[in-house]
Order: sequence, then C-alpha cells, then structure tokens
Amino acid sequence: MNRILAWEQLSQQVFRIRIEAPLIAEERQPGQFVILQLDTSYGERIPLTIADADPHMGSITLIFQAVGRTTRILSSYRAGDRIENVLGPLGQPTHIQNFGSVVAVGGGIGVAPLYPIVQALKGAGNHLTVIIGARTRDLVILEKEMRALADELIVCTDDGSYGRKALVTAPLKELCTTLPGPDLAVAIGPPIMMKYCAETTRPYHVPTVVSLNTIMVDGTGMCGGCRVTVGNQTRFVCVDGPEFDGHQVDFDNMLKRLDAYREQEQSAQRNCRIEEVRR
Amino acid sequence: MSHQTPDRLHRQALEILASIEGRTLSKKERAQLPQQAMPAQDPLVRRATMSEVTYGYSEEQARVEAMRCLQCRNAPCIAGCPVRIDIPGFIQAIEERRYQESIGIIRESSLLPAICGRVCPQENQCQANCTVGKLLKDPFQSVSIGRLERYVADIDRRDSGGGVPSVKPETGKRVAVIGSGPASITVAADLRREGHAVTVLEAFHRPGGVMIYGIPEFRLPKAIVDDEIDTLKRMGVEIKTNFLVGRTRKLQDLIEKDGYDAVFIGTGAGLPKFLGIEGENLVGVFSANEYLTRSNMMKAYDRSRADTPIFQPRKVAVFGGGNVAMDAARTAVRLGAETVNVIYRRTRTEMPARAEEVDHAEEEGVIFHFLRSPKRILGDEQDRVIGIECLSYELGEPDESGRRRPVAIPGSESRIEVDTVLVSIGNDSNPLITRTTPQLQANKWGNIVTDENGKTSMERVYAGGDIVLGAATVILAMGEGRTAAAAIHAMLSR
Ligand SMILES: Cc1cc2nc3c(=O)[nH]c(=O)nc-3n(C[C@H](O)[C@H](O)[C@H](O)COP(=O)(O)OP(=O)(O)OC[C@H]3O[C@@H](n4cnc5c(N)ncnc54)[C@H](O)[C@@H]3O)c2cc1C
Ligand SMILES: Cc1cc2nc3c(=O)[nH]c(=O)nc-3n(C[C@H](O)[C@H](O)[C@H](O)COP(=O)(O)OP(=O)(O)OC[C@H]3O[C@@H](n4cnc5c(N)ncnc54)[C@H](O)[C@@H]3O)c2cc1C
Ligand code: SF4
Ligand code: SF4
Ligand code: FES
Repeated sequence: MNRILAWEQLSQQVFRIRIEAPLIAEERQPGQFVILQLDTSYGERIPLTIADADPHMGSITLIFQAVGRTTRILSSYRAGDRIENVLGPLGQPTHIQNFGSVVAVGGGIGVAPLYPIVQALKGAGNHLTVIIGARTRDLVILEKEMRALADELIVCTDDGSYGRKALVTAPLKELCTTLPGPDLAVAIGPPIMMKYCAETTRPYHVPTVVSLNTIMVDGTGMCGGCRVTVGNQTRFVCVDGPEFDGHQVDFDNMLKRLDAYREQEQSAQRNCRIEEVRR
Repeated sequence: MSHQTPDRLHRQALEILASIEGRTLSKKERAQLPQQAMPAQDPLVRRATMSEVTYGYSEEQARVEAMRCLQCRNAPCIAGCPVRIDIPGFIQAIEERRYQESIGIIRESSLLPAICGRVCPQENQCQANCTVGKLLKDPFQSVSIGRLERYVADIDRRDSGGGVPSVKPETGKRVAVIGSGPASITVAADLRREGHAVTVLEAFHRPGGVMIYGIPEFRLPKAIVDDEIDTLKRMGVEIKTNFLVGRTRKLQDLIEKDGYDAVFIGTGAGLPKFLGIEGENLVGVFSANEYLTRSNMMKAYDRSRADTPIFQPRKVAVFGGGNVAMDAARTAVRLGAETVNVIYRRTRTEMPARAEEVDHAEEEGVIFHFLRSPKRILGDEQDRVIGIECLSYELGEPDESGRRRPVAIPGSESRIEVDTVLVSIGNDSNPLITRTTPQLQANKWGNIVTDENGKTSMERVYAGGDIVLGAATVILAMGEGRTAAAAIHAMLSR
C-alpha cells in the first residue's frame, strides 16, 4: 500500500501527488512509468509517468489529468490516503547524452512526462529549448519548473489567452528552419500532437523521440494490448518503449486503437460516483 | 457428446453399485463397467455464466470409476504422469472409501491435486497408457484418473481446508521466488517446509500466475488457487505483489544487496505471438492473453462492478487450437458473442487442447473450421475489423513433431464476417529478466537454460516452469519446481 504524502492541484483538471514508493524511487530513471490500481478487486490498471523521484524520502511524484473513471477517483484522494497497488518502474529509460541542442515539446498533460527528461538532458549538458502548449491559460502546467531548466522557454495556447497564440508545431518549425537546427527533438503530448510534431521535423531530418501513451493492462509484456506499429513492425510500448522514433510510428493506427473502448469508458464515467468510492 | 443431467449420472452409478454389491469383480468385469461421465452444467445455461462447468463426481460415481482400474502390477499409467503419482494406490483407496489415505498418497508426489485433476491433459499423460483404454481399443475409455484425483482433492478441501503443512525449525537461510505460478508455488512450499525463509515476488497485484489471469473461472475456480496461496501464507511464506524483478529490483541485487541465499525464477511464458499478417493491429484484434486477463483477473465480465472495459464481441474468430484458444473462445461465448469461430490449421486430432475442453466448447456452440489458416484481417475505413480471409489446407507429410504438415491449397481463399479476432498461436518467452541480467544464459527462443536440477548459469539461481520449457503445463511446471526445490535445499544445507 502506497501512502499519499502530498497533494496539489495544478490546474482545473491536473493534479500532482507525491506517494510513498521507496523501491521505485531508488530504481527509477527518466522516461519510466508506473501502473497503478486503486482497488484490487475491481479497479483498472492505468499507466502514469514518474514525474520526479526522491530516493532519500522514498517517494515518487505523479502528475495526472482527470480524464476518466480512475483518474477522477484518484483526484479525490488526499494526503494520507493510500493507493492499493503501484507497480514500477516500467519501460525503458530515456537515452540521455549530450546531443548538443535539443528542443523539447510538451502538449497538455504531456508536459508532466517531459519534465524528468528535460531535467536529465539538462544534467547531461544540452542546450534546451522547451515549448509548452495548452488549449488555454488555465491548462498550462509546470511553467515555473521548466523555466528553471530551459535555456529558452516558449509557451503557446490555442486560444491565445497566454503566451503565443499558436500550436506547438509553429515554433517547432521555426526552430528547425533557423540554422543550425536542433540536434534532437523530444515531443510528448496527445498522439495527434506528436504525429504533427514528427511531420514538422521530418523534412529537416531532426531525429524526433516521442513517448507513446497506449492502452495498457499488465505493463510487463504479457498481454500485447499496448502494441503499436513502428517501422512496419509490431512493438510493445510497455517493454520496448514508451519512447520510439517518431518518424517511424504509425500514429493513425494508434489513434484508432486508443478509441477502441471509448463508448464503454464514457458509460463507466457516468457510473462514477466519486463520493461513494472515497475512503 | 450429449449432455446428461448430474442426477441421472448419479442414479446410474447407484444402480451399478447395487448390482455388484458384495461381489468380487473379475478383471474382465471391471473393464466392462461403463466409464463414468463428468456431471456438468447444461450447455445452454452455462453459456451465460462464469461458474465452473463441471460439478465433479458423486461418491457413487467415483467408486464405480475406481472399480474400473485393474490395479496393473506394472502400472503403465504412472509412467505417463510427470510427477509419478502412485495411481493404482490412490484409486484403490477410493474404491475402499479410504479417502484420507487416498489424498495422502497423491500428496506424496503432487502439491496441487485439485488443480491438476481439473486441468491436466490426462489423455496425453497418465490416461494415454492405461490398460483399460488399451483393452477397449479407445484411449478415451481409459480409467478417468484425473476426475478421480479431483474427487479426493475436493473432499480434502472440504473436510480439512484449514490444515497447514508442518514447517521445520528456521534454518536462517532466505530464498526469493520470482513469480507465483505453479512452479513458484511448489518451490515456495517445499522450501518453507524445510525451514527456509521464503519470499515470493510477483509482478501482478494478485498471485497465482496463469491459473489466475489465464485459465478462466468456468474451468478452474479462482478460490482453489487462492486457497493454495493462502496455505503458503499460513506456512509463513511472505508474498510481495507489484514487484517486477528486472525493474523494481535487478536479479543480481536480490543476491548481492538484499542477501538472499538462493533465487528461483518461475516467470512463465508471456509475450504473445502474433501472425505477422495484414490487419493485425486493427481495432478488434486482441491477443488471447489480453482478452483473458481483462476478463479473469480484471473481472471485466462483471460489467456492473469492474472498471476495466472489455471489447463487446458479436462475431468472433479465434486463431489457434490449444487450451488458450478454447478458453478465449468460450469466454467470448460467455460475454455474449453470437457466433464464435475457431480457425485451426490442422484437424481435430492434432489439436493440442484438452479433449474435454474441445467437447465442451462444441456443446456451447463454438464452430470449428479445421484445415484453415488466416491470410489477412480485413478492416473498414475506421480500422475496425469487419472480417477475415482464410486459406484452406490439406495434410501433407509428417514434420519433425510427427504431425502431418498442413499445406496451403492455392486459390482456396474464403471469407468469414467477424468483428473481433482473438489471436492465440502461442507465446515467446518474456525477455525482461534475461535482458536485465546479461550473465543469465538463455537459448535462442529466450528460454532460460538450466541443468537437470533446474540450476541456471548463475550461482545460486534456479529456474523452472514455462520460462524454461516454453509454454507447457501446470503439472510440468510443478514437477520442475519440485526438482529445483530439492536442489536448492541440498545447496543450502551444504
Ligand atoms: C506510458 C504512459 C505514460 C502516461 N503518463 C501519463 C501521465 O503522466 N499523466 C497523465 O495524466 N496521463 C498519462 N498517461 C495516460 C493515462 O494512462 C490515461 O489518461 C489513463 O489511463 C486514463 O484512465 P481513466 O480510467 O481515468 O480514463 P478512462 O476512463 O480509461 O479513459 C478516459 C478517456 O481517455 C482515453 N484514454 C484512455 N487511456 C488513454 C491513454 N493511455 N492515452 C490517451 N487517452 C487515453 C479514453 O479513450 C477515454 O476517452 C500515460 C499513458 C502511458 C501509456
Ligand atoms: C489460457 C491458458 C490456459 C491454459 N490451460 C492449461 C490447461 O488446461 N492445463 C495445463 O496443464 N496447462 C494449461 N496452461 C498452461 C499453464 O497454465 C502453464 O504451463 C503454467 O501456468 C506455467 O506455470 P509457471 O509456474 O511457469 O508460471 P505462470 O503460471 O506463467 O506464472 C508466472 C508468474 O510470474 C509473474 N512474473 C513474470 N515475470 C515476472 C518478473 N519479472 N517479476 C515478478 N513476477 C513475474 C507473472 O505475472 C505470473 O504471475 C494454460 C495456459 C494459458 C495461458
Ligand atoms: S497429476 Fe495429471 S498426469 Fe499425474 S495422475 Fe494426476 S491427472 Fe494424471
Ligand atoms: S493403467 Fe489404468 S487400469 Fe492399470 S493401474 Fe493404471 S489406471 Fe489402473
Ligand atoms: S501492457 Fe500488456 S504487453 Fe504491454
């Protein structure tokens, strides 16, 4: 059982929690995630990136957006509450080295999984441009934390309520066309955003890493539910990923597979009575 | 096979017993007693429920079946059992109603009789060699050894469910057991009995391995597996769930940092195979592992309570002919599919699934397409499955396995309209531990290499079950666990 040590609301739908998980805190590396389950008998297992870890405190930080049943119930938990099951750290760690100049793009909640990677890239001596994108001002998260790390920070909102009124692909394209272009791009966010980021960098041959958020069940390579097509090959996100070469990923197929359970998820949300499930 | 009510089967057995009351039967008479059918739920009723299909013998049925055994002096059945249970011994005890003794005889060799009695492929093991089957020239007429084993195991569960095996004084040695399937359960029990401190490390939130997440409730009630886990706990075995060795902790750290004196790896098969055909990543294509895990472990069949969704099937195709394929097909039936088609490359005789499961699937309305193999999966513009295209095959020359190799008939393409495809053509081994432990030797299929005692290429590290054998059976995994436990105990006692 993993106790919640701290709870914080970052925006209307985004929450940050720090939980007790000493073994995971000790082993985890940037890019890795956990799978958690709130109720051992009937709960769903959902993947969340480890946004930060403190091996001395034995704690890890998760940042999540309340989008469906499990994340909504989790958003009603507070410090002192316990999460029944947390498994991790899962997935391959990010490949970190001094690439030179790196542009890191985070869209929406994707800024959370991007944060530990930016931290590590900074530590390896890269020059970092960070682009944060959100639909509107209230949904911009981790701006302060990113500003502390980035050599340059660009914030865009779809509606222009904060920063630049643009999609993240606009500044990304400008950076690619300014010489010398970036040596690496890292893009994490909604699949559709990652797809267009990869399309943006493709003509300029900027290697582009994306972190895929497929549906998962076990997270250990047993079920095949997380499979994606990468360079015409079937790969498992939980053991081979979550990061892949964005220029090779079949995003269209992935987007359709993510929708496989939409109707049922929506009815599960209707059934969701947060008050009742809270202990 | 036509369905007969449990009541009718019971009455028939009563009549037989009455007719032979007090007489000593000759061998010929024994062999002529009718084989006792397994009482089961009505196929129409069970199509809609997850509860166990078979009820088990009544006492009278068990006794009649036990009387069919000829007590052969050479007992060829024993050689067919991977753990060498004294089969005539335990059967004679049933005939004489000495049930406690009977289970005692089984337990000398097997730790999980209530499970093996249910899921062993008996027709290929103990029952394949049975003299009665030979006499009647039909291996399916052999003495029903598995059903009898289940019968006494169930009595034992009912009568002495609370018993805990005795544990020797603490030795001060610590053993880590990775995974909690039948191989690991056996190692944990055997080593704990010798007084070693045992910790089971399981990746999932619930222990039991494939017996929990793969084999469905209607074939193996989860309560039976839970009881075995509970027995381990009461013996003092520590069970840590949510612990993925290779990630949560590296294998060598268990020895070097955490001070375990020995490690057993029982991580099972994992990593489902796909065919590599067109359309395999369409929406509506699942590995049987995923489908079964959602239904069994995550209880997705219980739609009013479970959070985990499961794809609602209407018309289903299942690829494969093993136990996993049968379980996937019959789970789809229970989740409300209108039609379920099993597509298998060879014929019914070559199907690796247990014969009883194939019969049960057929009774439940599953349609079999033999000598066919999928060529591609067809999708609509939304990437949703709308059908499959299959090629027909004929059987050619026997291959290395001795089975006749199916050969495609050119131009024989045909289509079946489906919206769900469940792929169940086997597993590769899970690469996680071998990838994160370079010094651990694996073969080209990724299976861990061991000697005849289950010892791996690393000091103090043993392995057994599917991770060594490739996808095998519960009883083989248990047998390997036994061997490894004995070797570990010998090493720790030196
Ligand atoms: C490796 C990995 C890391 C992730 N890291 C984070 C993270 O750090 N923070 C965070 O907020 N989310 C993260 N996600 C996504 C997160 O797992 C999903 O938001 C979560 O599973 C939703 O669960 P739910 O029960 O609340 O919603 P559900 O009721 O299951 O779904 C609600 C809606 O979200 C869609 N959906 C379901 N699963 C996903 C998914 N995996 N990706 C996108 N949409 C989905 C559904 O189609 C539905 O429309 C990550 C996913 C992966 C695979
Ligand atoms: C659907 C299905 C039906 C079957 N039907 C039959 C049948 O009728 N009869 C029969 O005899 N056999 C059957 N089998 C095969 C049988 O279940 C297996 O051979 C047997 O369970 C193998 O046992 P095992 O101990 O090797 O491991 P498994 O039962 O596979 O258990 C391995 C466990 O290890 C855990 N694990 C994996 N990696 C790690 C790690 N790195 N760290 C920690 N834990 C880990 C897994 O989560 C799992 O719980 C069936 C299999 C399936 C999938
Ligand atoms: S354990 Fe399996 S093979 Fe051995 S006697 Fe029992 S049913 Fe037969
Ligand atoms: S071979 Fe058959 S008849 Fe002979 S002892 Fe074994 S079970 Fe009995
Ligand atoms: S989540 Fe099951 S294989 Fe990746």
